[in-house]
Amino acid sequence: MAELELQSASLGYADHPVLRQVSLRVDPGEVLAVVGPNGVGKSTLIKAASGALPPLSGEVRINGLDLRSLRPAARARLVSVVPQATDLPGSFLALDVVLMGRTPYLGWLENEGALDREAAQLAMQRTELAELAERPVGELSGGEQQRVLIARALAQQAPVMLLDEPTAHLDLRHQDQVLRLVRELARERSLAVLLALHDLNLVARFADRVALLSNGGVRALGKPEQVLTPDGLAEVYGMHIHVMPHPVFGTPLVLSGE
Amino acid sequence: MSGSGADKAESGRSVRNARLSRATPWLWVGVALLLTALASAAVGAVPIPPVTAARILLARLPALHIRADWPASYATILYEIRLPNLALTALTGMALAGSGAAFQGLFRNPLADPYVIGVASGAGLGAVLAMSAHWPAGVLGLAAVPVAGFIGAVLTVGLVYSLSRVGGSTPVTTLILAGVAVSSFATAGTSLILLLSTSELHRAVTWMVGGFSLGGWEPVLAASPYLLLGLGVLVLLGRPINVLQFGDEQARQLGLDVERLKLVIVVAASLVAATAVSFSGIIAFVGLIVPHLTRLLWGPDYRRLLPLATLLGGSFLLAADTAARAVLSPRELPVGVVTSIVGAPFFLWLLHRARRRLRGW
Repeated sequence: MAELELQSASLGYADHPVLRQVSLRVDPGEVLAVVGPNGVGKSTLIKAASGALPPLSGEVRINGLDLRSLRPAARARLVSVVPQATDLPGSFLALDVVLMGRTPYLGWLENEGALDREAAQLAMQRTELAELAERPVGELSGGEQQRVLIARALAQQAPVMLLDEPTAHLDLRHQDQVLRLVRELARERSLAVLLALHDLNLVARFADRVALLSNGGVRALGKPEQVLTPDGLAEVYGMHIHVMPHPVFGTPLVLSGE
Repeated sequence: MSGSGADKAESGRSVRNARLSRATPWLWVGVALLLTALASAAVGAVPIPPVTAARILLARLPALHIRADWPASYATILYEIRLPNLALTALTGMALAGSGAAFQGLFRNPLADPYVIGVASGAGLGAVLAMSAHWPAGVLGLAAVPVAGFIGAVLTVGLVYSLSRVGGSTPVTTLILAGVAVSSFATAGTSLILLLSTSELHRAVTWMVGGFSLGGWEPVLAASPYLLLGLGVLVLLGRPINVLQFGDEQARQLGLDVERLKLVIVVAASLVAATAVSFSGIIAFVGLIVPHLTRLLWGPDYRRLLPLATLLGGSFLLAADTAARAVLSPRELPVGVVTSIVGAPFFLWLLHRARRRLRGW
């Protein structure tokens, strides 16, 4: 069964539709990366998949359930979102932030129980944050903050995970580390992962499939080597682009330049 | 690992310290409340030594066998005048600080406070409208005033909130501008009504600058149910308010019904602020200073912040009120003058810090 499925969904705002007739699915254990130029609708797609932005037409479903029909808590048990690690309320402790992943399982007046603490602790161990649990998130590095948000999403225990530019503010090493973690998590927990990502070379190395957005729709969908081609990219990005095999991994290596 | 023994000792100590530091805030605010209450009971036209005041109160407990070696008038003054005033002052401080903390959590903005965002003025307008309509006297009549204040407060928050929201958050600039505009309007309306009803003018002016002029146990009894209800709800909502600190979008993605939660916070906090304003007039900056101090001392977790700020607010206003009565004795300053003298510079300092942090204005 497809975990996350968009069926001829038109996305955006009534006065400003961004994407038309998008159909794609993300299966359990798979990482699908959404790429495309600035403003093409990557974030819109993530928002729609999270249920925050209902489709103008068509359907967005998880496990066959229409997201529009679900209350916020029920939705959050199906799909977790990892935002960019900017503007976090810095004086909360890392553990407290991860515990907030348990929100969909708790009533307003309820406090976290032993089960919730365990889920948070496991999530922090998996993301190698155990030692940082009692530190305020504001004191952590960008990469660590991003991992805290991934741990929070893990504690949410939803079968679908969405990430919006999770490497935007990270250095090379942390970009690698975060995406490697995301791919491992997809495999070991059978998560369906949808990822908006700018950097085509990271996409080539860490995504199973790529959706290339352009002109209000999905221009190409497939394995990185099928989608990241010089002609296709040149057309979408409006510039000359070289693609060659990566000297170590053999994945597509994308270079710009006239 | 060679350092594991030391690590264990270290972590044992830090667990103990953590447990101790979890308990200490409550101890501090408890002691502060007790001391400020005693000081408040002692100070006045007839000074009663704090120890004597404490003994008069304890003498009510027959098991302690305390001999009444004080003038009989002391007990009368204490029970008929000081204690009800003290109770109303403490409740007002709690209400202002508690609702201030809640509004800050709601707006995700450290400068939100019932006074700054205009809720107090809106509640004042509602309350004055009710008073000028000559609602029935007695506890019931008094209990009706906060309802009118509450309606004014909710309307004001709604207006300020919708005016100051920019793309899912409430920036300092728009919040303060909207607060100033709406609150000036409400204040002008209040002044107009007061001018038209000249007979009540003097009492109302005293009330406007935050004097506790009502007296007796009636206002305490009338205010308590609203405050218990509103503050109770706010204190219980600490955990979801924490989630709200990550912004509406993330809170929604974490499964929170954001709009419903905000509605409940607005209603509860407005009820609390309106009750305080209805009985004690407009007292500025308590809802700003106290939650801030609490946050600086004991962190941002609203599960602790809300109850601690509430209790600390009680002792803060008791201290301000005691100072107001002591400084120019036997004349009394309105307590609002004291909180503004302390609070306005503090507010400016916060604004200065916010300006440094948020470039662009």
